Amino acid sequence: MDERVIRLPEVAGRPRPAARMPAGVAAFLQFTRKKPLGAIGGFIILAMALGALAAGVVAPYDPLETDFGAMLGPPTLGHWLGTDAFGRDVMSRIIHGARTALLVGFASSFLGATLGAILGVASAYLGGRVDLYTQRCMDILISFPVIILALSVVAMLGSGTFNLVLAITIPFIPRVSQVVRASALAIREMPYIEAARALGTGPTRIILRHMFPNVMASYLVMLTAFLGQAILLEASLSFLGLGTAEPVPSWGLMLRGAAVEFAERAPWMAIFPGLTISAAVFAFNVFGDALRDVLDPKLRMA
Amino acid sequence: MRTFILMRFLVMIPTLLGVAVLVFLLLRVVPGDIVQLKYAGEGAFVPKETLDLERARLGLDKPLWRQFVDWMWGVIRFDFGLSMWTGRPIRYEIAIRLQLSVQLAIMATVIASLLAIPLGTLAAVKQDTWVDHLVRVFSIAGLATPSFWLGILMILGLLILFRWLPPMTFTPAWVDPWANLSQLIWPALAVGYRYSAMATRMTRSAVLEVLREDYIRTARAKGLWEPWVIARHALRNALLPITTVIGLEFAFLIGGLVVTEQVFNLNGIGMLFVEAISRRDYTMTQALVLLVGSTFIVVNFLLDLLYAVLDPRVRLQ
Repeated sequence: MDERVIRLPEVAGRPRPAARMPAGVAAFLQFTRKKPLGAIGGFIILAMALGALAAGVVAPYDPLETDFGAMLGPPTLGHWLGTDAFGRDVMSRIIHGARTALLVGFASSFLGATLGAILGVASAYLGGRVDLYTQRCMDILISFPVIILALSVVAMLGSGTFNLVLAITIPFIPRVSQVVRASALAIREMPYIEAARALGTGPTRIILRHMFPNVMASYLVMLTAFLGQAILLEASLSFLGLGTAEPVPSWGLMLRGAAVEFAERAPWMAIFPGLTISAAVFAFNVFGDALRDVLDPKLRMA
Repeated sequence: MRTFILMRFLVMIPTLLGVAVLVFLLLRVVPGDIVQLKYAGEGAFVPKETLDLERARLGLDKPLWRQFVDWMWGVIRFDFGLSMWTGRPIRYEIAIRLQLSVQLAIMATVIASLLAIPLGTLAAVKQDTWVDHLVRVFSIAGLATPSFWLGILMILGLLILFRWLPPMTFTPAWVDPWANLSQLIWPALAVGYRYSAMATRMTRSAVLEVLREDYIRTARAKGLWEPWVIARHALRNALLPITTVIGLEFAFLIGGLVVTEQVFNLNGIGMLFVEAISRRDYTMTQALVLLVGSTFIVVNFLLDLLYAVLDPRVRLQ
């Protein structure tokens, strides 16, 4: 062992906590070395987020600007990824589409994971009849495929961005709640919960202050994992014409209609948006996996 | 064993009933009145008498509990009423599409298993080597690739290579098995690849767990040929959780291939579902959601029974 191990100087009397969120450059480097795939995912996510934030600056064209002189144009120096059936720049639409994808994806997975986690923790802590009824309700919701449940919500509420977020949120709730409930059940038996109860702390406070921070790891993991799924689901719903509506740039929407119709003449219209969806979902999946391994090794088998 | 089946069956009943109530209520939370919505699409002014007549025809003038009982009584006899769009019995509309969807689900499941079991086992045996990483990337890529995009790429490739386009109509297997197979193999591949991802990861972790058991060490200590140890001793015991994952995926596939059917122009249950939603055919939507949800619950029940038959330890719990 002649390898040099770089250590952060340790402050005497204040030992560094062992399993905390990676903070600082050393931790970042360690994460990159241990989880190269996760780091690649994180890098793609970062690039996507920056692109979405600075879409107006980064995108070479206005995503809505039509140019009928340049319809179905192949990738050139002027249009790196070609143009679509209205002469709109495919690359600019992909960059602006990242906004829709991230906004809908983040909003719905955040809502789904949060509501699911609250239900899971509350159901595990309260136990008894509350637990039984909540779990039966979750069983009912979980027996519908994600896309069927999402489409049903759209069918009932109509399309639109808010309804789209709701439609993606609802199928996630039971799936998150099951996982979080399982980890909360183990925490419920811990001595510190008993101590809190003995001190006369009420259930709301125990759930929020003592249980919730301890399921944070599985919560974060579920949030990242479902972000990828939410992006995929948004693309699927938009592809079916029941999600984001034209002319808002959305990756799923870009694959609909003309992209299929002119697939042979202008394959770039179908190839690049799909590649982007894959890259985004892939990035969130591998990043979520790496995060799970780092934050909560107990979950590895699940 | 008999008590186990009975208990498990009794637990299934409230869940099924819950699904029915939820699906029934879905139709009632539509903002506004479905009869008005139906006529609103036509643009013209509709006299109140016509609306009332249509309401009476759909039984919407009765109290809510009565509507539910009537509807449930029909559902038990597989009578889902009439489609609001075509006016034909929903049972008939579903029946002519079910064969395609079930066949596609079976083919996709077979492809997914053929991919997942060997790949997952390989990844477990070669844990933490480049083979394992390669399998992982392959399966995560499958999870990340939208099946509709894979479908579009496949069609594009087939079009350029063979000038082949997905046919407009479905050929049943007994009419022309070759035409049937060449139509369904591509969507089955696109879906099978995607759904193999979960099963591959499940296979890997199940085999890894079994490989740590004492009897594997014993088998190896006896000097058994390694592939024989893997196939007969490890995989056989790991097969139980793998079967569950694959079985549940099959249940989801029957009604869940909404997007794939759209891409490959297949007139199955998924296509019917999207059409029903776009046409505001609420009775049809309701029947399909119920069908898909209850299929999942029943398959889940059957898998539990299979589990109990295969693994005596489950029965004792």
